[in-house]
Amino acid sequence: MWRILIQMFRTGIVTEPLPQVDESKAVVCGGGMRPSAGKLFKRSVTIRQVDAGSCNGCELEIHAVNNPIYDCERFGVHFAASPRHADMLLVTGPVTRNMEIALKRTYEATPTPKLVVAVGDCAKNGGVFGESYASLGGVGNVIPVDVCISGCPPTPADILSGILKAVDPGDG
Amino acid sequence: MTINISTALNSAILPYASDQKVLTPNKLGILVNEYQVDRSRFQEIAGILKKEGGRLAAEWAADETPLGGDFGVYACYARSDEYVIIKTSVPAANPAFPSLTKYFIPAYRFERQMRSFFGVVPEGHPDMRPWILHEDWPADQYPLRKSFEINSRPPRGNADYRWSRVEGEGVFEIPVGPVHAGIIEPGHFRFQAVGEDILNLEAKLGYVHKGIEKRFETMPLRDGVKLAARISGDSTVAHALAYCMALESMTGCVPCAKSQWIRALLLERERIANHFGDLGALANDAAFTFLFYHFTKLKELLLRANLRLFGHRFMMDVIIPGGVTMDVNQRECEIILSELADMKKEFERLMVIYEENPSFQERIFKTGVLETEMAEALCVVGFAGRASGQILDCRNDFPFGPYESFAVSAPVLHSGDVHARGWVRVMEIRESMKIIEKIIKTLPQDGVTLSSFDNPPAGAEGFSAVEGWRGEIVCWIQAGKDGAINRCMARDPSAVNWLGLETLTKGDIVPDFPLCNKSFNASYSGHDL
Repeated sequence: MWRILIQMFRTGIVTEPLPQVDESKAVVCGGGMRPSAGKLFKRSVTIRQVDAGSCNGCELEIHAVNNPIYDCERFGVHFAASPRHADMLLVTGPVTRNMEIALKRTYEATPTPKLVVAVGDCAKNGGVFGESYASLGGVGNVIPVDVCISGCPPTPADILSGILKAVDPGDG
Repeated sequence: MTINISTALNSAILPYASDQKVLTPNKLGILVNEYQVDRSRFQEIAGILKKEGGRLAAEWAADETPLGGDFGVYACYARSDEYVIIKTSVPAANPAFPSLTKYFIPAYRFERQMRSFFGVVPEGHPDMRPWILHEDWPADQYPLRKSFEINSRPPRGNADYRWSRVEGEGVFEIPVGPVHAGIIEPGHFRFQAVGEDILNLEAKLGYVHKGIEKRFETMPLRDGVKLAARISGDSTVAHALAYCMALESMTGCVPCAKSQWIRALLLERERIANHFGDLGALANDAAFTFLFYHFTKLKELLLRANLRLFGHRFMMDVIIPGGVTMDVNQRECEIILSELADMKKEFERLMVIYEENPSFQERIFKTGVLETEMAEALCVVGFAGRASGQILDCRNDFPFGPYESFAVSAPVLHSGDVHARGWVRVMEIRESMKIIEKIIKTLPQDGVTLSSFDNPPAGAEGFSAVEGWRGEIVCWIQAGKDGAINRCMARDPSAVNWLGLETLTKGDIVPDFPLCNKSFNASYSGHDL
């Protein structure tokens, strides 16, 4: 036990202020909600993450959003195990044919009002995988998307900023 | 041309082969031979190679009609540092071949996959359900046949998937997924249990199948690496490397020495980053969140250093055919060494806590045991194999660059439990840190140059095996006309290791499944392609 305590004191607080990011990385794209709806969740947004076909690179960076350096919970951003508890879906990957039904069902299971954030180039437009017999391309081809975050994969700071932008697009 | 007939698998095959090709000659004289055999002999040879101690590393098909052939059916066997490929051809009119399931368990899924994508028929295979393509995919559409148009979208059918069933008093079923509770990839699992005891577990994968193999065939050979780097994001370095090495073996292109050293440096950094992440995640699944957060912090520091040194947190797209896109100068070498020293100190401090915590140790010892015999029968590779007594590591068995000049000490344990799979990775982190020091100290001084190559002739083949952090990646590329890809087969270690996880779960309890699963951390994307 004492080693754990020593390690805690040695480490201190490692959380950093959210770095300035390139604003153009996260684009508000209309989607299903009126622009101000996200404000209902301000300081408390619960997310259900859905991998709809990604290579798992975006998942690594969404994990990093939860690490003590980015510490998303200080902004009230919290990941939940069920879409029933969620205000926002964070969707990665080109949507595969084999995930289409599961993604639609997850969307339907999420209570209204809800936001959808597409994470990564593949979620935006299919990325390197494109559209094919197996891939339906971007998330917007399957469910309405409110914010798209580009990058392959986007950095944790880009992802966190994109989530906060979806909650408050800044147009009053 | 040298033919290595001194080794067991090659000499066992020679009497049966009608034709022979040499793929991938490398500096140490390790050659990968491909033998053409009659299809009636395909299964018999599997039995002979099994007797010689071979394991089935991969099995795949290729539509060779644009090259003037039929369907090629291939099996790759390995025995320590020896890889051989057996090829047989089957005509489209009667695309049957004898199944290898009689001798090798991994053939069960390889052949289901081949049947789903090519319509080749493994005769004697006991399970004809589709694999990766789901039951709603029309049974007469084969996406990897050249006659199938990549953009066609046949309507969904309504067939059922026949799950294995367990019946009896008190037996119940727990369906899980495809959308899971955590931030992980999708797959569907069916547990049949009595109380906490798991009687059976069957996985259905394929949810993240995005048509990677078909997409390859629309790309020039030189550009395919971009897609290979996204087969499994956590193994981007290893998959890109496997692709490039296979392509280079086919074209005779030899990257400069420094490029090869830098490639190995990236491979070891990827290994350490993923091992850090998973050791923390293992602790997290036993509710030891303290270690989880400390390991995620350590991993973050490494990723940030990657960004500064190589321009990308996961070092994506740094490895390209003919070399690497980045050089490492003297100052950067010093930074790498000093950061490594700090990281090592912090890691060892955390490891004392890891080992001293009795409630964590209690959860991981004797949990999820994969016996050595079973691991061998399932042909499990990588750290999961090494935790169950399998002595294999492509850094020694299929070396390139710096690995040709020293042997990697690949730790092997025999208990096969969650603890062993964790502890092998602890030892691998230590070894990788040593390797990075060696690489930096012997890194050639001159700058990197990119080696050029000409397009290979249509029908040329290249092969490689790379030890990613998860284990052996096998890549086989067949060139089309004018620098196109006729077929690219990339076998992620997960394609064989998933069955290891499913097997060891039987006899364990439901609450231990997250720990067992995390201790493998198999890739869904690498498997589903």
